[in-house]
Amino acid sequence: MNQNRLALDLFLRTDPLDVGCDKAWEVVHMYAELVVAGHDPERRFPGVTAHLASCGPCDDDFHGLLQALRHGVAPDNSA
Amino acid sequence: MTPAESPSGRVVDPVSGAGVGGSAVFAPMDAESRTWVADLTSRGEAREDAIGRLHALMLRMARAEAARRSGWHGIRGAELDDVANQAADDAVVSILRKVTEFRGESRFTTWAYAFAVHEVSGKLGRHVWRRDGVQLDEEGWNQVPARLGGDPASVSESRELVEALRTAVDHVLSPLQRRVFVGLVVDGVPLDVLAVELGSTRNAIYKTMFDARRRLRRHLVAHGYLDGTDAG
Repeated sequence: MNQNRLALDLFLRTDPLDVGCDKAWEVVHMYAELVVAGHDPERRFPGVTAHLASCGPCDDDFHGLLQALRHGVAPDNSA
Repeated sequence: MTPAESPSGRVVDPVSGAGVGGSAVFAPMDAESRTWVADLTSRGEAREDAIGRLHALMLRMARAEAARRSGWHGIRGAELDDVANQAADDAVVSILRKVTEFRGESRFTTWAYAFAVHEVSGKLGRHVWRRDGVQLDEEGWNQVPARLGGDPASVSESRELVEALRTAVDHVLSPLQRRVFVGLVVDGVPLDVLAVELGSTRNAIYKTMFDARRRLRRHLVAHGYLDGTDAG
């Protein structure tokens, strides 16, 4: 399969384990802590892993959460 | 948490995503989280003080998240801070509504950060939609191979595949699926912006797109454009 067919094929493939945005977000706090602790979150949350692999907006949100856990949030300097 | 229907239509456990839910493997709620929950569910001054601290935390999180995304939305300064403030306000409201459901499966602050992140992305989508509306791309179909990570230089091969895809979009998708597919893939509209445009939610748009992808793939496999192995 050439590159364009392969790209389209990958894009159109769906994972039956995919739990969708709402259900993934209900447990993303646990998922993120497993990642930060160096565990494999896919073992406990395969449906979330499937979703994040396919949903750009949720994956982007997840990376925002990961960044906060890894680096903290800045102290309030607005006062 | 109750089992729910996944985008694929299977009944899945929302935690494991794989049928029967996994058992809890997390330690009991940590002391700091217990204090947050106790204070936020108390009455009087302790609660007010906790809400103030929570809001300050959510505002810092929302500002950090809004700044992290500044590359794509192009919002700066006071406008961006306004988005962060609104996100922090709404995150606090959501947390107060759901705090009794928090079971200590993560630290309280991790659970709370997730609300702020989600509010920021939703509000930025709405903000961009109000500012720009939905921009239609006249050259959209020609951009599809590149949008999907293909090789736009393979012009003739791209053209044939894009025509097959376009025909499938016209003939096998429902009107809503077609609108969502064209919006996301052809016009390149961000999903959160399209959700606002259609008066919908991220989850509903994703589910619509999920079904559309499955239908399109089945059609393209049946017509020999894609391999049928491991049909998703």
